[in-house]
Amino acid sequence: MATRLLLGNESLAQGAIDAGLSGAYAYPGTPSTEITAYILRSHQAAMGDIRCAWTANEKTALEAALGMSYGGKRAMASMKHVGLNVAADVFINSAISGSHGGLIINVADDPSMHSSQNEQDSRVYLDLAMMPCIEPADQQEAYHAPAIAFALSEKYRIPVMIRLTTRLCHSRATVTTGDARERNDFSLPEDPKRFILLPALARKSYAKLLDRQADFIRESETGPFTRYFEGPDCSTGIMACGTAYHYVREIVGEDCPHPILKIGQYPLPQALIERMMSECDRILVFEDGYPVLEGKLRGMPLRENPVIHGRLSGHLPRTGELNPRHVASAFGIETPVPNAASSVPTSRPPALCPGCPHGDTCNTLNAVLKSGDAIGKLFSDIGCYTLSAMPPYESVDTCVEMGASITMAKGASQAGLHPSVALIGDSTFTHSGMPGLLDCVNEDANVTIVIVDNLTIAMTGGQKSSANNRLADICVGLGVDPDHIRIITPLPNKHDENVAVLQQEIAHTGPSVVIAVRECIQTARRSRSKGGSS
Amino acid sequence: MKRNLILAGVGGQGLLALAAVIGEAARSLDMHVLQAEVHGMAQRGGVVQSHLRYSDQPIHSALVREGTANLVLSLEPMEALRYMPMLASDGALVANAVSFKNIPDYPEDEVIEKEILLFPNHRLVNAVDLAKTAGALQAANMVMLGAGAPFLNLPLEALRSGIRTVFAGKPEAMIETNLRAFELGYEASEAEA
Repeated sequence: MATRLLLGNESLAQGAIDAGLSGAYAYPGTPSTEITAYILRSHQAAMGDIRCAWTANEKTALEAALGMSYGGKRAMASMKHVGLNVAADVFINSAISGSHGGLIINVADDPSMHSSQNEQDSRVYLDLAMMPCIEPADQQEAYHAPAIAFALSEKYRIPVMIRLTTRLCHSRATVTTGDARERNDFSLPEDPKRFILLPALARKSYAKLLDRQADFIRESETGPFTRYFEGPDCSTGIMACGTAYHYVREIVGEDCPHPILKIGQYPLPQALIERMMSECDRILVFEDGYPVLEGKLRGMPLRENPVIHGRLSGHLPRTGELNPRHVASAFGIETPVPNAASSVPTSRPPALCPGCPHGDTCNTLNAVLKSGDAIGKLFSDIGCYTLSAMPPYESVDTCVEMGASITMAKGASQAGLHPSVALIGDSTFTHSGMPGLLDCVNEDANVTIVIVDNLTIAMTGGQKSSANNRLADICVGLGVDPDHIRIITPLPNKHDENVAVLQQEIAHTGPSVVIAVRECIQTARRSRSKGGSS
Repeated sequence: MKRNLILAGVGGQGLLALAAVIGEAARSLDMHVLQAEVHGMAQRGGVVQSHLRYSDQPIHSALVREGTANLVLSLEPMEALRYMPMLASDGALVANAVSFKNIPDYPEDEVIEKEILLFPNHRLVNAVDLAKTAGALQAANMVMLGAGAPFLNLPLEALRSGIRTVFAGKPEAMIETNLRAFELGYEASEAEA
């Protein structure tokens, strides 16, 4: 037993290590990154007792974890919410094949879009996959969540999702850790045919998954993170999922007159919900993310008794993460603000670091695409370079999802756009850009793809890039004409020659690739200071 | 005893280390600690803030409610003004006087200073000069820790231990520089009182 100050992500990672974890795979993404970063730094990973790696993308991460589970070991994959879109195929089908060794999928949602392009709620995926989910309410629960999820997973041979939100991932609290469990020995499934999802076999596995739903609901009703707190005043009953429970406690205190149903496991604990619905005149629902529970309770046509209040009724904001002021307001409690907001501060958005290689690449792109009569468009991707959408660069025209730059540029060129240029980072290219480049080669698309290779996954803090300095070889392998794979160094004193290279490749009819190679100044600075005398 | 703090700054100024020291000091005194941080995109030179709460009683929300912060402690003067609605009526505003200008429309320094000086319970400290005196510009965050220390309700010795814990494994000279920066910040802050 030890008490430490841990991020929710670190607490979950330590809990997984202590629960007998053998494998952890992930693609970095805010707010999930620190789970895997913590395990990578651990003694167990260094000794080789835990296999831990950054993978090419979230799909390959979860598939590897499923494979390790097939070998009887406890494994997990971690990702941000939109990463689950990338891994959705294996996520949903792994619920049908089932798992063998305990299998956890950690998904970190980002309500308020602190560092994301949407605030999708991963609990919606539970309706598709029909797998159980644990939603810890605090850092201490995050520590216990892997042990609970692994046990549930091995009891029913089913993957279990752990749903997190930014505020839990990135908040520290005092956490008491416990003893470590042994890791599982290698073993193969007793009934291996369930992993063959041919239609005839898949139908049987699917029927079994449906049969298990009642068991999963019972597990949620009796699970350690679910609790019904009695209260004498049934004019209002409170339902709170995950971290929302603590915002409620912050406002109503320990002696709340109303009954409170704390929900920390899915599928929803039906009997407890039915009890509160039958005893209370009004239900006030608190959940961070989408109004998933509230929507189910309201029903269609709209339920009138009890009346359901939450994000959909306007008692809480429809979008954005919850905070104590919102929760107080839902209880009709004002939040007095003695000091008015100052009008002096101006906005200070994130920006490319001074000296960033992407800045030089964007200057080159602007010189070619945005000067004079040029009507070229720059299809961008997910990474630091997307920050060039803002002044002073205003270079990129699109940013939709991982890998979209190359394929959108291809489609736009086929609609008649020229120049049609894609901008994509090294790790985003290996995450999901490579198949798009193959499409460009196969269709001889008239696009120019600029890969900005800063030799790291920079936006999330400098994780190892799967591209690993082999981008030109990969492009040759995918079939790009080697004469139209050009490597430039994005530096101010190379600007004129880089502009010439880009102009030549845009003039070339057919796919061409310009690779701008210069190390991220953040990782360069870190490796310099490590190499120094101090 | 319960404290609600807003720690403010710009990505790259060492805000998380500042938060870690206070959190560690409170934890070492067996208090309940909750601290919300900003990771990811916003760290690229954008606004960063941390909500830090500690108490001898259990606390629940990681976020401070508007109007209840006992202290806004900022590594940058304009950022200090961003959180005025968070401050309680008797709250304190403690800021580094040296601005960090990475945006084109940064307000006039005099306008910012005037606004801070208008707030009754304020301390304005030149963390850059004091960090240089302590031995390293990077220790400006520890200068501001010292400047905020009179409002933390934590023993100075617990904060010094917190610095040693958070920077454990770093060269002793660097730890000494940080401790010196802390003392200089504390003295400068108290001299302003």
